[in-house]
Amino acid sequence: MIKVEKRLETPKYLLILTPIVSVLVALMFSAILLLVTGEDAARAMNTIFGGSLINWQEVLVNSVTLMILSIGVAVAFKMVVWNIGAAGQMMIGMICAAGVALFAPIALRDSIFLIPIMAVAAVIGGGLWALISGGAKAIWNVNEVITSLLLNYVALYILQFLVFGPWKGVTSSGFPQTDPFPAAAKIPAIFETGRLHYGLFVALAIIIIFYFLLNKSRWGYEIRVIGEGRNVARYGGMSLSKNIIIAMFISGGLAGLAGAIHVSALEGRLSPHMNTDIGYTAIIVVWLSRLHPLVIGIVSVFMGALLFAETNLPAAGIPSEIAKLLQGSILFFVIAGDFFSRYKVKYVKE
Amino acid sequence: MNGLNIFQDLLASAVAMGTPILFTALGEIITEKSGVQNLGLEGMMYIGAITAFLSGLALTATGMPALTAMILVIIFAALAGSLIALLHAYVCLSLRANQIVSGLALAIFGTGLSYYLGKVFITDATAILNDRLTRFHFADGIDIPFVGQLLRAFLNQDLLVYLAYIMVFVVWFFIYKTQRGLNLRAIGENPGAADAVGVNVKLSRYIYVMIGGAFAGVGGSALIISASSVGQWGQGMIAGRGWIAIALVIFARWNPKLVIWGAYLFGIAMALESRAQIYGWFDNIFILKMIPYIVTILVLLVTFIFSKQKDIGEPESLSKPYDREER
Amino acid sequence: MSNAVVEMKNIRKVFPGGVVANDKVDLTIEKGEIHALLGENGAGKSTLMNILTGLYRQDDGELFVDGQKIEGKYGPKEAIAKGIGMVHQNFRLVKPFTVSENMALGTKDKFLYDGKIIESKIEEISKKFQLQISPKAKIWQLSIGEQQRVEIIKMLYRGAQILIMDEPTAVLTPNEVKGLFDILKAMTKEGISIIFITHKMHEVLSYADRITVLRGGFAIKTLNAKDTNDRELADLMVGRQLDAKRMIADDVPLGEVVLKLSDVRAMNDKGLLALDNVSFEIRGGEILGIAGVAGNGQKELSEVITGLRKVTAGKIMFKNDDITKESVQKIIDRNVAFIPEDRHGMGLANNLPATDNAILKSYRNKRCGGILMNKKVVDEITQKMVDDFEIKIPNIHCNVKLMSGGNLQKLILARETFDNPELIIAVYPVRGLDVGAIDYVHQKLAEERKKGKAVLLISEDLEEIYKMTDRVAVLYEGKVMGIVKTQEASINDLGLMMAGAKGSEA
Repeated sequence: MIKVEKRLETPKYLLILTPIVSVLVALMFSAILLLVTGEDAARAMNTIFGGSLINWQEVLVNSVTLMILSIGVAVAFKMVVWNIGAAGQMMIGMICAAGVALFAPIALRDSIFLIPIMAVAAVIGGGLWALISGGAKAIWNVNEVITSLLLNYVALYILQFLVFGPWKGVTSSGFPQTDPFPAAAKIPAIFETGRLHYGLFVALAIIIIFYFLLNKSRWGYEIRVIGEGRNVARYGGMSLSKNIIIAMFISGGLAGLAGAIHVSALEGRLSPHMNTDIGYTAIIVVWLSRLHPLVIGIVSVFMGALLFAETNLPAAGIPSEIAKLLQGSILFFVIAGDFFSRYKVKYVKE
Repeated sequence: MNGLNIFQDLLASAVAMGTPILFTALGEIITEKSGVQNLGLEGMMYIGAITAFLSGLALTATGMPALTAMILVIIFAALAGSLIALLHAYVCLSLRANQIVSGLALAIFGTGLSYYLGKVFITDATAILNDRLTRFHFADGIDIPFVGQLLRAFLNQDLLVYLAYIMVFVVWFFIYKTQRGLNLRAIGENPGAADAVGVNVKLSRYIYVMIGGAFAGVGGSALIISASSVGQWGQGMIAGRGWIAIALVIFARWNPKLVIWGAYLFGIAMALESRAQIYGWFDNIFILKMIPYIVTILVLLVTFIFSKQKDIGEPESLSKPYDREER
Repeated sequence: MSNAVVEMKNIRKVFPGGVVANDKVDLTIEKGEIHALLGENGAGKSTLMNILTGLYRQDDGELFVDGQKIEGKYGPKEAIAKGIGMVHQNFRLVKPFTVSENMALGTKDKFLYDGKIIESKIEEISKKFQLQISPKAKIWQLSIGEQQRVEIIKMLYRGAQILIMDEPTAVLTPNEVKGLFDILKAMTKEGISIIFITHKMHEVLSYADRITVLRGGFAIKTLNAKDTNDRELADLMVGRQLDAKRMIADDVPLGEVVLKLSDVRAMNDKGLLALDNVSFEIRGGEILGIAGVAGNGQKELSEVITGLRKVTAGKIMFKNDDITKESVQKIIDRNVAFIPEDRHGMGLANNLPATDNAILKSYRNKRCGGILMNKKVVDEITQKMVDDFEIKIPNIHCNVKLMSGGNLQKLILARETFDNPELIIAVYPVRGLDVGAIDYVHQKLAEERKKGKAVLLISEDLEEIYKMTDRVAVLYEGKVMGIVKTQEASINDLGLMMAGAKGSEA
């Protein structure tokens, strides 16, 4: 007879091993699905991983966005506040940064302060956007999963409204996009060739800062306790609503920052192209990392490769949708795999 | 067109637009009444839609009567939806994972799987399912002003819309009037009590999660095969309807009789997108597209603000795993 | 032994984590008897009964019902079919359902729910045993005593011939207890066997026919109630002499008034009045006991004092300051300690290490660091608590969910008394603890009193009240029925007040 027992304590090695095995199983699952549907699985895997090695700069460009988004998601998740709206908050960040870049007074247009002001605007914009659901959660206990997710659609249509309408550039020759930003609004690339930009260092700094904030600071302690249980936190004298609001603002603010870096370093203008599923990808990163900031850094690189593959696969004649499917199956296998770190499965003789 | 005809057209369109959400929300009510939350409705609707599209193309190509083919399509979509829901049931009930994260995983996975299947099996990107459901006109001869228009809005619809009316009653009757419905409500309120008198909590929850999936699958199929749809598969086509359905369940306080009005309210918000342009009321497409989502958020806010503290009608044990020997 | 309806032989049950709940337990129940299972908390009584009702499965041993050996699948359904029903301490009732709906629960052979038939059957049972329950009432509208009767009806409705009652009197007033046993007695006349689980000796002696004493998971002995006395039972139960001596000395001089409540009113979670013009004061060097049946406003009382619950009217003074509207944080900073009823959900964060739990009340204090926490100091504080209170834990970075109940309570006690509190609010501080831990907690509270601190001790156990308090106030439906000097109070008076009779003031 097979018997399931709850583990009182999970050995460290299992905490690391289960996500890795889960990812491998998800890869196998996707490969089998490719084969069954008559696609070249070997070639697909080669494109995903080989292609990513060759185009490592593009992979890291994706990782920068993922790192910042995921840290934001992790802050909310640590408190068991489910912010599913990272993509929308990122779009609002893009809009705010673009607004500053496009409409800044002349004196500021060539200033070195332009980028910092864009960033601040994006953080505030993204943060306030997240506060719509965060505030409703804190004050009336409104289900934040639904509100934050639905706000993604609202943000997307605001973005489209702007680039198709009032913000449409005079130089865009009919395309739905704004005029290019002034040169001072561009975060430069690190190398002469390739798109990898200095935003990478911002992302790494954020990871380190939030490692200390979440794991070592007094605020991190409060977040940890609140995440453990609302009653314990209240008993300890912590304010739930205040902390939900702070965490949601930071969560959305970071997503906004990711948006600002995205438009500034890569697009140089505001356009309606947006991977609206990136918020989901960030959630997968966070869950794979078990909410640990430093691990988020590493996992973001892996998921960055998967995002890059999505753009690279069609060239190899393989449906890019497999990358999306792979993401979904990774999350499924990870939470399924977690079972083995939480429970012991024993074989007992009758 | 006079005002009454516009009224009829808008309402009829709202009923048609609300139907996919109505099916999905009804299914979620059943699932949540049993104490399991399934946030993966969006993914299950996608699976229902792609199943409906692929099986619809295949079945109508055999030359069988369109109505027979469509009934089979609905059955396939329901089966596909319940199979994908089985994943959620297994992960949450047997592997005891967090239901919120599993629901998200299901939403992402279902979306990804349907996109992939759509890409691999649809060779012609412009393929259209031409033989869809047709409308039955039950209220054509009624000439009383207003009453006639009102009846036509509700009774000149296709099979799925009528099926939705019936299902609202069936689900309500099942939950509140039958013995099994009583057991269902009990396992969502106090699974320990149900277990103690011999109700198999885990098995029941498996079944109700799968039934919820079947409803969501049918809801997704409605976007492909209904008379008012264009019969085309497209990525992004569910467009958050699964999430709106979850909001609708809360708004309706888990009551099937209330969910129908909520669904048509959202239907109006969605119908406005096309109707406002046709009638020249408002023509900014982006703002029109935002309306259903904003309405949903506002409705949700109002529901929470005006309900008594903590008492929004949520089943007591919703999304709490049940383990008999847990100490 | 031709009359044995249940025989349990050599039962063993081990829980995940290696806790042995039952070992080598034998038990025989005869037809039409009232059989008491006597033992302290954690003696394995409930586990043994959960095996009999099919909720748990024994790891070893045999089970016979009506002379037949139980083999193969045996779950709650099979147990009911065998006529075994159990009324648990936490009632297994669906609160939003009516009484009839609760009866119908689990029936599968019918398609429609038919209230009429069920209602008439309930009325029939209700009449036969004088249970007086309306089938159409919703469970949440009924009092605890009524809910218990619904549970009994439910078992009879299902044809129970063996009725197990888990701590049936814990939630009842002394009067209700008598009523309950009258009903049970009437049932034995109809051939029904009653097993009741308890740790109260006087009940056992007054109402049981036979008694089986359990200790540490073993069945120690089965005796006839008329052949034994409380002394022998106590010896068997705790394995040592029980001393109901007062644990606090009378020579501590009273200090200033530390806490004073004047006409305090507050609501419960459902928005109903939970505290009705409560007034009392506690001085330094005094332990005030709050007696009463659980659920009469005790939880709310502790929460208004500590700032966790809003006061709707009245005033709370701490020394010379009005703290009626102060936040939890401010009251913590005033050095008020709070040992809550719910150790797992409120007092401690289960999945966090002992270090995090040890500083729950003092993490804002400068000694724990500024923006970044001072890990070294936190570790030192935790280690000191562990050493001073002899807390058993592998190391201070272990999650507290690994610790036993007694050690958890010691950790809370250590944390709450670490900064020399002026006032300690202790809610059921010894509930679920073993004898050693109970003694320890009581000693610590007595020590604090000796240091001149004020203590509010909320208890459901009159023996604890007698041992530990200077004065006792009785709460009934949110009202203070009277405040008396403990040494001058008789159990009888307290019992009457607990049932709602107005007492005197002292």
